Amino acid sequence: MKVIKIDKAQFADGYKALQKVYKLFGPVKEKAFYNFKELVDGRQADLSFQNTRLSPKSIVFPQSEDMFTYTLDEASKDANQLKPVPEKNESRAVIGIRPCDAKAISLVRMNFDTQEYKDPYWLNLFNATTFVGLACDSPCQSCFCTTAGCGPYHEDGLDILLSDQTDHFLAKELTDKGAKLMKAAGWKTKATAGLEDKKKTAESKITAKISTDNLSGADTLALYNANFWEDASFACINCGTCTFVCPTCWCFDIQDEVHAKNGKRMRNWDSCMFPIFTVHTTGHNPRETKLHRVRQRFMHKLKYFVDKYEKGIMCVGCGRCVSQCPVNIDIRKISELMNKQASKNICAVQK
Amino acid sequence: MITYSNKIKEIAKRLLKECRAEMVIGFRKGSIPMMNEPCFVRTDEQADDLVWDSHCGINLANYLTSRDEKIAIVAKGCDSRNIVNHIVENKINREQLYIIGVPCQGMVDKRKILAQTEGEVLQITETENGQITVKSANGEKTFSKSDVIQQNCSVCIQPNPVLYDEMVADPVQGQTDIDQFADVRALEAMSTEEKRAYFDELLAPCIRCYACRNACPLCYCPTCFVDESKPQWLGKSQDIMDIKTFHFLRAYHCAGRCTDCGACERACPVGINMRILTKKLNKDCLDLYDWQAGMSIDKRPALDVYQTNDPEKFIK
Repeated sequence: MKVIKIDKAQFADGYKALQKVYKLFGPVKEKAFYNFKELVDGRQADLSFQNTRLSPKSIVFPQSEDMFTYTLDEASKDANQLKPVPEKNESRAVIGIRPCDAKAISLVRMNFDTQEYKDPYWLNLFNATTFVGLACDSPCQSCFCTTAGCGPYHEDGLDILLSDQTDHFLAKELTDKGAKLMKAAGWKTKATAGLEDKKKTAESKITAKISTDNLSGADTLALYNANFWEDASFACINCGTCTFVCPTCWCFDIQDEVHAKNGKRMRNWDSCMFPIFTVHTTGHNPRETKLHRVRQRFMHKLKYFVDKYEKGIMCVGCGRCVSQCPVNIDIRKISELMNKQASKNICAVQK
Repeated sequence: MITYSNKIKEIAKRLLKECRAEMVIGFRKGSIPMMNEPCFVRTDEQADDLVWDSHCGINLANYLTSRDEKIAIVAKGCDSRNIVNHIVENKINREQLYIIGVPCQGMVDKRKILAQTEGEVLQITETENGQITVKSANGEKTFSKSDVIQQNCSVCIQPNPVLYDEMVADPVQGQTDIDQFADVRALEAMSTEEKRAYFDELLAPCIRCYACRNACPLCYCPTCFVDESKPQWLGKSQDIMDIKTFHFLRAYHCAGRCTDCGACERACPVGINMRILTKKLNKDCLDLYDWQAGMSIDKRPALDVYQTNDPEKFIK
């Protein structure tokens, strides 16, 4: 894997070259916080950001996405036919995605890209996108990526990993897609140094932890029926903040919208925190209370996913839910409770 | 604030011991700076977790809806006004409640602190004389509390509880001569086009997480109109018309009921000041009916009664 040195003075030129080939996305400061946006009219990614308010998952999984359209207007030649939405397969690149958010996209991929089923909408956008990561040298206090199967220099899900070295970036090419982007930008000065030193320093800065070591072997029903859920879920107001800011939450709701004679089918982000998420057509709701819904969210991320895929937890430790929850529900505290409960389960079996 | 916390713990323990309440609803210390977690306690030991400081902005009346236990609840001025609302609207009985009143000195707006602090906020401390010291990744900075409280707190007319069984401290001096509605008058002065542009910009960042609705003690409908599916009333996408419909209609549902506690704005993950909508209706209720919500359990809400001298200029 090649490591290329990019002087910061050269960055703008490379950017211009890239904008001719790619539709670019990157972190930009909105009024009070950063978010990933399409970089239009030569706007550059602001790589001085610490973290974005929302995750960049919307770049491959938009909050609202059309699936097909139709018209009942007999005057139209397309009357009464379903028309697929044109594929968005122009080359795109995300500049400055954090390693945790990139890893999250590879976790989400397990849902959208399986042997049995391939989600065309998600895959079209994913395949068209090159992910240029920016290593995280000043992680937030609420980050816990190193204990969530990730890290500030983690490479999973990235095509290139950039490391900020004050006057220059070091860029590690991780895939062919990444090499292609480097070529398009004209960045080719071979670096002599590696990223290892800064990686170690960055990892040592992450002090917050999540405990999950007992969960994979634990008795699911014992965790489900544990008595801490009432206390842990009390504060929850069942808004969708945690699920919408989460880079790994992938649930969506399919809706048909009709305006006069024209209609479309679309999908929108959904949230297991919403009561309507599980309501049956009979009116029965199997997750009727907030306790049910809060438990579902954490059991899914920290237990069901762990057991189903055996790839760790469905969380990358970005800390967004921790910092954005309006009532301070903290996944680190909940996982601690679950992990403790799980260790009790194991002891009970051993006895 | 430590004296408030200690007094709350002491009262909670006494009430639990004397079986005056099955549970005490209050706040416990949060896991990150500027956040506390609403909680309930049932034992002496748990009561030690109760705290009070300037980060208790979530309205605890929200946690009372349709509960059937005998409950003691910690309530600042606005919480108490929403408890009054809940009693008037039959969402809880007065007899079920033991209200532990907290004279409120305003709640810190974390967005104001974040906007004025270089680097990530690591720790925040508060002195009894209204100084807030913020330790950040880049150093230390001290604020005067009055400069960093929530906007609704800075125009609050009722910092002391209107209804309580016991107070944790002497009432604080209420504010007089404050202009509650300067922002609403600025909105009223806009032309239709300006208002449209203003609302579009105001609500553009909305991600429809409904944190504003769910943090609001008034929003207790079993099924909110946005969640109705038989038939469905509102689209669910990021269409700005659907987003505006949600916010406008929700505000109208709060007309004559809103206490401007600020929970909606505080809860919003993307910093939308949707309070401007409810405040306009609060101002109308005050101008037309001399009505402010949640001040007394003996009065019916403005939109719940007819009086022969009700103004009717708006009927055309």
